[in-house]
Amino acid sequence: MQRVGVFVCWCGSNIAGTVDVEAVSEALKSEPGVVFSTNYQYMCSQAGQDMIKDAVKEHNLTGIVVCSCSPRMHEATFRKTAAAAGLNPYMVEIANIREQCSWVHKDMLTGTEKAIILGKAAIAKVNLNAPLTPGESPVTKRALVIGGGIAGIQTALDIADAGFPVDIVEKKPTIGGKMAQLDKTFPTLDCAACILTPKMVDVAQNEKIRIFSYSEVSEIKGFVGNFDVTIKKNARFVKEDVCTGCGACVEKCPMKKVPNEFNLGMDNRRAIYIPFAQAVPKVATIDPNACNMLKNGKCGLCARVCTAGAIDYTQKDEYIEEKYGAIVVATGFNPISMDKFDEFAYNQSKDVITSLEFERLTNAAGPTAGKLLRPSDGKHPHTIVFVQCVGSRCDACAEKGKEYCSKICCMYTAKHAMLTRDKYPDTEVYVFYIDVRTPGKNFDEFYRRAVEEYGVKYIKGMVGKVTPEGDVLKVQASDLIANKQLHIDADLVVLAAAIEPDKSARPLATMLTASMDTNDFFTEAHPKLRPVESPTAGVFLSGACQGPKDIPETVSQAGAAASKVIGLLAKDKLTGNPCVAHSNELMCNGCSSCERVCPYGAITYIDKEFRMPDRTTKIRRVASVNPAVCQGCGACTVTCPSGAMDLNGFANLQIMAEVDAICK
Amino acid sequence: MQKITREQLIEKAVSLLADGTVSCVLGWSKGEFDYDVTPALFNNEEELKANFVFNDFCGVNFSKYLISKTNKCDGKILVFLKPCDTYSFNQLLTEHRFDREKVYAVGIPCEGMADIAKVKQICGDGISSIAFDGEKMAVTTLYDDAPVMISTADVLAERCVNCKSKKHVAFDELMGDEGEVIDSNRFDEVEKLEAMTPDERFAFWQNELSRCIRCNACRDVCPACTCEKCVFDNPNSGVENKSPANSFEEKMFHIIRAFHVAGRCTDCGECSRVCPQNIPLHLLNRKFIKDMNEFYGEYQAGAEVGLRAPLVDYTLTDIEPGEVFDRGDSDA
Amino acid sequence: MQVNEYKPLIVAFCCNWCSYAGADLAGNNRLNYPAEVKIIRVPCSCRVNPMFVLRAFQRGADGVIICGCHPGDCHYTSGNYYTRRRMAALFSMLDYLGIEKERTRVEWVSAAEGAKFAATMNDFVEKVTALGENKRLEDLRCKK
Repeated sequence: MQRVGVFVCWCGSNIAGTVDVEAVSEALKSEPGVVFSTNYQYMCSQAGQDMIKDAVKEHNLTGIVVCSCSPRMHEATFRKTAAAAGLNPYMVEIANIREQCSWVHKDMLTGTEKAIILGKAAIAKVNLNAPLTPGESPVTKRALVIGGGIAGIQTALDIADAGFPVDIVEKKPTIGGKMAQLDKTFPTLDCAACILTPKMVDVAQNEKIRIFSYSEVSEIKGFVGNFDVTIKKNARFVKEDVCTGCGACVEKCPMKKVPNEFNLGMDNRRAIYIPFAQAVPKVATIDPNACNMLKNGKCGLCARVCTAGAIDYTQKDEYIEEKYGAIVVATGFNPISMDKFDEFAYNQSKDVITSLEFERLTNAAGPTAGKLLRPSDGKHPHTIVFVQCVGSRCDACAEKGKEYCSKICCMYTAKHAMLTRDKYPDTEVYVFYIDVRTPGKNFDEFYRRAVEEYGVKYIKGMVGKVTPEGDVLKVQASDLIANKQLHIDADLVVLAAAIEPDKSARPLATMLTASMDTNDFFTEAHPKLRPVESPTAGVFLSGACQGPKDIPETVSQAGAAASKVIGLLAKDKLTGNPCVAHSNELMCNGCSSCERVCPYGAITYIDKEFRMPDRTTKIRRVASVNPAVCQGCGACTVTCPSGAMDLNGFANLQIMAEVDAICK
Repeated sequence: MQKITREQLIEKAVSLLADGTVSCVLGWSKGEFDYDVTPALFNNEEELKANFVFNDFCGVNFSKYLISKTNKCDGKILVFLKPCDTYSFNQLLTEHRFDREKVYAVGIPCEGMADIAKVKQICGDGISSIAFDGEKMAVTTLYDDAPVMISTADVLAERCVNCKSKKHVAFDELMGDEGEVIDSNRFDEVEKLEAMTPDERFAFWQNELSRCIRCNACRDVCPACTCEKCVFDNPNSGVENKSPANSFEEKMFHIIRAFHVAGRCTDCGECSRVCPQNIPLHLLNRKFIKDMNEFYGEYQAGAEVGLRAPLVDYTLTDIEPGEVFDRGDSDA
Repeated sequence: MQVNEYKPLIVAFCCNWCSYAGADLAGNNRLNYPAEVKIIRVPCSCRVNPMFVLRAFQRGADGVIICGCHPGDCHYTSGNYYTRRRMAALFSMLDYLGIEKERTRVEWVSAAEGAKFAATMNDFVEKVTALGENKRLEDLRCKK
């Protein structure tokens, strides 16, 4: 039987004004298990806490009930007091007789009666409390960043700066992501490569950062502080540590007609290639689908030409196993496919392009060396129509495109329009929009410059149809403000395609048991207060994988994610929350119901041996909860049909006792 | 009335025993009375020939027995499954309750099983023997000399009258032709109750559930009730109780049990079959199934192995609990 | 017994992160609701087992309300989705057994909705008072 001490707080007049606290402490004295009951003006004060500590010693208390303000205010305070008095901090229960009693009821009689009932419920619960000890687990002081775009790069640099080793896994042959494909960035019109490549070089030279390029994560096991990750290094058929990136192999390769992904298929590359001149690592890669030697065993020119001897046609995929304490997801985004948007004739005309393709055309390292030329005939376009919101802000029932706003398109279109007008003043530029969303710092001023200084024609209305007719693209659109239909003969149409998370994100979320929303963006632990952490402990989010965002926001978020990682890796041990679920193996069926409802993947099933009454052993499949991952929500306890699963601190019997005490 | 005969089943069992595919057989055995067929484990041909029966009273669903019997048999165990039994079979596999490798399932066709309560309604108590002859059964009682001829179709169990499927969803071998899923009227009685006023409903259930003697037969026979330790035997659950102290205890037992099997109940009808007080327990389970179908889409537990039951699943746009009352079938 | 006016006994299960905080906010703002409502704190609304609801009725409660975070905002990401399904099934079953539907409710209250919490409790108590004492699910052994 417990020896419970009851401490009723006056909270000055906050409680005592509406509740007869003396009567409460008197009435609770006679409850089963209570050996001491008192009241005081301010239990949370130093004097009040000393009173509790003295009472614990004097009366050999094993449990404490404090009738006071909300546990959300002072449960932690009183737990510390109990610990200081030598009691387990989880032998403390709080009855909320302020926010949920004295402050909401006016009549002293009913208020006092209710306070007594709430006190009885807390006593009934603490009588069933067992001391709980938070578990401890070690922390592997190394971080993994999945994705090598600007988000992953920035996060890795910040973590390495704090002194922790970081590995970046990037599925393309080089890091740099989408930003490496951009020409200029808004709102400063910095050259993207000029601000990105120094960071890429920093990453390459930082001794705490390892880059696994042309690699993917193939398996993740473990939990926060102790992840076991298997990384698959795809064979590039070139020895990374030997290749100097001189490019001789690329010059000589006879397979010249491979569509170049970096330029979105607008020109070709060779079967052996370096994605772009500033690639990190600057190492060649052979495309096994295009290489004659790998497919048919004929050629071998690159090996002959390579003075470093770096070509290795027998190279195999490699699997590397590594341990990490924290994982950062930075898988980025892609523009959506335009296949469902035939009204814009994307597949019918080479001169209808997406904004990313437009970036490549204007980029000096792009397929046209930076000259804005029509992909079909290489002529200069005199009329360009930009179409906004292609696939963004769509109706849910339309079943094509995305419901959300892709955030970056208004700004980048203003940028494209302005740069076009700046370079080619003879070119007419139209932008058809629904709204112009330019909320960031200096963003609105940027867009207004495009309109006022550069004469970009912004028209509020949607483009209905683009029809290729001979050399010209017939654009039919509406001008909602002038309330008329427009027909424009354009030479080039640029579609601001919606952006969506990279396709690798969903299988990765499954591996991490991290939650995603219906658009495949990773969900954050709390949309306002915890934007860079996944609800799954130890997994952090950086960049567009969490939601559409531009470069300034990405870099901020990358730094935030890094700071969370550093906070985690700086610890030597992680203290868990002890109010976790546990399963009684003897009663568990192995039915897997609990595993399915756990939001965190904290429950696994193991085969265990049991001694049967007839002296044989039987192997049964039973649930096992990982207390380091369990957050204590209790979903499993209710799903468990046999009641084998229970929750420490909020056990079935404890809650039933509270119900009984209230309903007496 | 069954399409397949006892002899055919014994022949199949014997041949599978002989060629070593299986080492024991889970089948129906003669009970105290001709209509009291019980499950039993047969190890050889002699035992089969002596005790194995197959007639219109073989309602027993063997799926649940596999959990314990697969441990008692050294090799594979042969089990005969009627179409409704195969759903329980899949449901138990979904819950990892037994090793599929230890079972050889033979699907057999079923024309429906008879309900002895209905037979007794026609010819009274004291049945001494029942003989089967095609579409009819000859029932001899202690009080009449001449046997009463009853058409099996007239005394079919309620669950067979509203059979939901003649298609086997799990088997290693099928005897007879493959059947089809049936568009049954099994929710009609539930709808009738839903159309009553709350007072009428309460009166109905109080009448039914107060007869419960807590024999726990329904729990013991239910394939979904296979917990190592039932919540009603678990002192940590807070609802452990065995004896009927008053009418409320019975309601609580039945509500909780129906809830625990919700989404896992395959509607095999065994619970109602074994209740000694003839309480229509299937009306509780079917209410849950009907609700799940209406709220969350058609779902049949055990249609495949690995399905996710509605109560361990969710969508972002599920019906709100307050809205369930506004569906037009229950009144204010 | 000189009970002049029948006062219902209401048990409210509130989730720690949203609805309990909302209840606290109602207190901070000195909003009023009847003292018949007694709150039990649970980590998530998904912790509420239908057995608890039945237990409350068995011991004499006249109404039971479960409060949780708005769907989509659950602190544990998906807990309240399970609550929603489970309570929909339970309430439908209780209605089927003839228990008055106004005796049970699920309400989603966020930590910022103190006013909504108070209004909900006021409304709920009013509805349950109108129904009278819960006789249909009461365990007669537990009477005082």
